[in-house]
Amino acid sequence: MGRGVSGKERKLSHVAEFDSVGLRYGTGAEVLRDLDFRLGQGGFYFLTGPSGAGKTSLLKLLYLAQRPTRGRIRLFGEELTGAPRESLPRFRRRIGVVFQDFRLVRHLSAFDNVALPLRISGATDEQVEGPVREMLAWVGLADRASARPPTLSGGEQQRVAIARAVINRPDLLVADEPTGNVDAEMAQRLLHLFTALNRLGTTVVVATHDLGLIKASPGAKLIRLENGSLADPTGTLRNPPRTSRVEA
Amino acid sequence: MFAWFLASPSEGRLLGEGRLRGPTAWVIAIMSFSILVIAAAGLALASTAGMLSQAIAERYSVELPAGASNADALLNAVRSAPGVASADAVPESEMRATLGRWLGPAAQSPELPVPALINFDLRDGANLAAIDQRIRSVAPEATVAAHREAVGPLLHSLRVLQWVAFGLVLLLSAAASAAVVLAARGALENHRFTIEVMHGIGATDEQVTSLFQRKIAIDALVGSITGAAAAALVLLMLSAGASFAGELTGGATLSGWDFLILICLPLALTALATWVARLAVLAALRKAL
Repeated sequence: MGRGVSGKERKLSHVAEFDSVGLRYGTGAEVLRDLDFRLGQGGFYFLTGPSGAGKTSLLKLLYLAQRPTRGRIRLFGEELTGAPRESLPRFRRRIGVVFQDFRLVRHLSAFDNVALPLRISGATDEQVEGPVREMLAWVGLADRASARPPTLSGGEQQRVAIARAVINRPDLLVADEPTGNVDAEMAQRLLHLFTALNRLGTTVVVATHDLGLIKASPGAKLIRLENGSLADPTGTLRNPPRTSRVEA
Repeated sequence: MFAWFLASPSEGRLLGEGRLRGPTAWVIAIMSFSILVIAAAGLALASTAGMLSQAIAERYSVELPAGASNADALLNAVRSAPGVASADAVPESEMRATLGRWLGPAAQSPELPVPALINFDLRDGANLAAIDQRIRSVAPEATVAAHREAVGPLLHSLRVLQWVAFGLVLLLSAAASAAVVLAARGALENHRFTIEVMHGIGATDEQVTSLFQRKIAIDALVGSITGAAAAALVLLMLSAGASFAGELTGGATLSGWDFLILICLPLALTALATWVARLAVLAALRKAL
């Protein structure tokens, strides 16, 4: 694997730091409780756990779609818990997100969907052209650039979503069940894409039920959630070797 | 300053096509039409009131009861009085013609007593009391009346109508703003998904707002100009009647400034709609994380 499996990783700075983080929606019970962990820069993490364990909620905290109801979150070394919402776009631009349901804008072409992060960052149409074509070619969709999402297959939409998530070379890539809608072969291809990106320095967090995917990545670290809590708070991991523990 | 208005093709695609599918442009067009017609009426009333007021400000009448024999002497006395700019006797035929509008042919009857009437205008600083004294020395039975007292109620009504027109313009502008707020909220709801995606990718409120602001500004501009064009047609058709009214009031018409105000109104309405849309969108976006 990439930098995520390096034994020197503990010396690197942390992309994300969660301290006693809890989350509840409205007045309901807490869906996440007492989360304490660090994501090292350049790491590759799988987030696992049964349905309803809180994986998606944890990812939402990571990509700033939710604020914690208690605890402290630091992202890229900066405190986010009480940060004004005006400051959040700056962080979001450093995060790529692959949603379970792709979240592609239906009336935009694949090209425009992939170009969206660049345009939001201020790139002109001319500046966008080359990188987007290159990225579409990278995910094997060079000839589908002008197609709109409803005309694409599930796998193609997934790849467009991934291309959109990584076009800005994010510091953190978050993927929620990225293989949930694709066959095994496509799942492997996606994993290779994530691995390649991880090698380029991006911290990758993949929420998945897919054991095959995890087994295919022996160096990746595991974060297991059960009932909204870390199931393995001491960081003892079953899949990867000892050097790849989650820093809890 | 207006960079937000100039969207690149890719920015234009973000909210999809169908710029004028919604009712915003039509609502703004109706408001623009109504505002312009009412504003034109208000400005014409103001102009009329102003001219009328100016015309009668220093005008007075002396009335002698019917049968008085000293009308000519009185006219000479008024003309020669210090501070009188001009004085003219109203011919009896004109008096009878005026009365004829109410009395019909009976107004021509010799048995109808018709008073003698002298109209005179004063110069600035004239001493009315001295003139009145001079008139009474020639014709003690004469009465002097200021025209502004007779026309005062009419002038007051014109001023009230002018303010009513101004109030209506404000009310219609407020109604247009409310329609824009509803349109902005509707557009936000329609594009909620796109906005969530954009926010998730790192778009600022300003970036999202500029998309809606531009869309509504274009709708408002098209609507305002359409309404203004329709109002201009109606005002042109009414211009003959306005000329007649102008004659009655001594030629009161819309001045260059009035036309400038009317031309600026659709642009002001567009600016108002854009500003209101911006505030509405920003307020709605702030509710999200």
